[in-house]
Amino acid sequence: MNKTVNQKAWFLILPVLILVAFSAVIPLMTVVNYAVQDTFGNNEFFWAGLSWFEDMLQSDRMWDALGRQLLFSAIILAIEVPLGILVALNMPKKGFWASFCLVVMSLPLLIPWNVVGTIWQIFGRVDIGLLGHTLAALGFDYNYTQDTFDAWVTVIVMDVWHWTSLVALLAYAGLRSIPDAYYQAAKIDQASRWAVFRYIELPKMAGVLMIAILLRFMDSFMIYTEPFVLTGGGPGNATTFLSIDLVKMALGQFDLGPAAAFSLMYFLVIMAISWVFYTVMTTLDKRDGI
Amino acid sequence: MTDASSARAAPMTIAAPRTATRRLRPSGSAVVMGLYLLFLMLPIYWLLNMSLKTNAEILGAFSLWPRDLTFANYQTILTDPSWYMGYVNSLIYVVMNTAISLLVALPAAYAFSRYSFMGDKHLFFWLLTNRMAPPAVFALPFFQLYSSIGLFDTHIAVALAHCLFNVPLAVWILEGFMRGVPKEIDETAYIDGYSFPAFFIKIFTPLIASGIGVAAFFCFMFSWVELLLSRTLTSVDAKPIAATMTRTVGAAGVDWGVLAAAGILTILPGALVIYFVRNYIAKGFALGRV
Repeated sequence: MNKTVNQKAWFLILPVLILVAFSAVIPLMTVVNYAVQDTFGNNEFFWAGLSWFEDMLQSDRMWDALGRQLLFSAIILAIEVPLGILVALNMPKKGFWASFCLVVMSLPLLIPWNVVGTIWQIFGRVDIGLLGHTLAALGFDYNYTQDTFDAWVTVIVMDVWHWTSLVALLAYAGLRSIPDAYYQAAKIDQASRWAVFRYIELPKMAGVLMIAILLRFMDSFMIYTEPFVLTGGGPGNATTFLSIDLVKMALGQFDLGPAAAFSLMYFLVIMAISWVFYTVMTTLDKRDGI
Repeated sequence: MTDASSARAAPMTIAAPRTATRRLRPSGSAVVMGLYLLFLMLPIYWLLNMSLKTNAEILGAFSLWPRDLTFANYQTILTDPSWYMGYVNSLIYVVMNTAISLLVALPAAYAFSRYSFMGDKHLFFWLLTNRMAPPAVFALPFFQLYSSIGLFDTHIAVALAHCLFNVPLAVWILEGFMRGVPKEIDETAYIDGYSFPAFFIKIFTPLIASGIGVAAFFCFMFSWVELLLSRTLTSVDAKPIAATMTRTVGAAGVDWGVLAAAGILTILPGALVIYFVRNYIAKGFALGRV
């Protein structure tokens, strides 16, 4: 759609601008203030320059949290994307069962995040949970509150349970937009199942899959509530991801300077990924010719 | 792909009876979907199962279904103000937030979908970064901001804080729906002598009713599932159900039955409307694209 140039459109944007400025710009400026100042208490602040940033960049704590975060995001993407595609390919195309699958698959997406944590907290317990009890009965030494490996597995399975449906639903939307003519042509050419997937379905899904990957990456990158409820970041610091570490630092220990510097760097990373996301979205819009 | 291979192997005349026999035999797709849906439902079933048991049964005997069915856990929640007020508080700020978000987002989304103006792309991108912003970064500044203006522990504070990500979300989703409405409709209405507000309310709003419904649903959900900001900004009067749930540890240990029942009740709002939005879940999560 070709748009008319109209500077008065700003008036329509104004309410959003004011509201988001209030809820985003002012708080962010507070963070910037803390990041460059230090205090001896009594609300007296003095200029600290970039020393907090230097401290944070040299602290193992942040790099460890970042490392765990990246590892977590990489693992869940490696599981959720192929699994989501597999599920989407096997979903019924129409009728009662299509609706049924859509409804059941959407359910985990709409559960409050802390309840997701609670569900798995209960489900994984050896004494009262189905999963923990079954594993224990099979002879596994499973305990997600004590053992690092078990904690990681539980957090990852929880995320896969929670979000794979999103990837599947997006891929499914992409699949449904493929005209039947493509499949008929493939049939005439006697293309194998793999060839149909590789040369018809995958290219047609590429756009939505890119959205799915970016969405999952962003959301896993700021995951807080689910692991917080499930493991509280433990055992030790084993599942302390970036957001959990940041909240511990800011609201737990009240280390304002370092936490603010940490926040800003965190936010910059998010901005960079958002930019990729935005570019993908707008190129998709253009390609669809809407 | 069984379609193609069977059609290739046999002439089309005998393909019809084959489909009849094939319906009886479970196909690979059904198995994959069955397993996946089972994986999704098991943890939720377990929560439901526990919510219908007494604590003695939960801790005493391991059983796959409640042996002596009890609704006492639900009764506890629905009669104890410290529990049910959590739901009331959550509902109040969620509804407030949804109303505010939609009201400011509607004109803005219209402007983005119809006009080009100075800085429109930057603004659209900036909104996206707010949708992607990690709440952990904003928790502390929000706490200070709302404390300083005397709004701490009020519903409106949480409603405004959630605008941080819900307003951008609503703008993006609505813009995605609005661009599907041809511009000629606007132009015809103006020629017919409609003023902008009259056109917007009488003609345009009905055309994007489904879009408004989807945006409202997603604002509702994202505000409903958020824990970190709502917990940070409240203490007693506006404490949300999510925060109430994280403090169920009493003198006698965790009250698992009540915790499970509370979890089931938080899933209800999503589960009730899921059927109506099932075809829009992917679109909503992908911010109106797809």
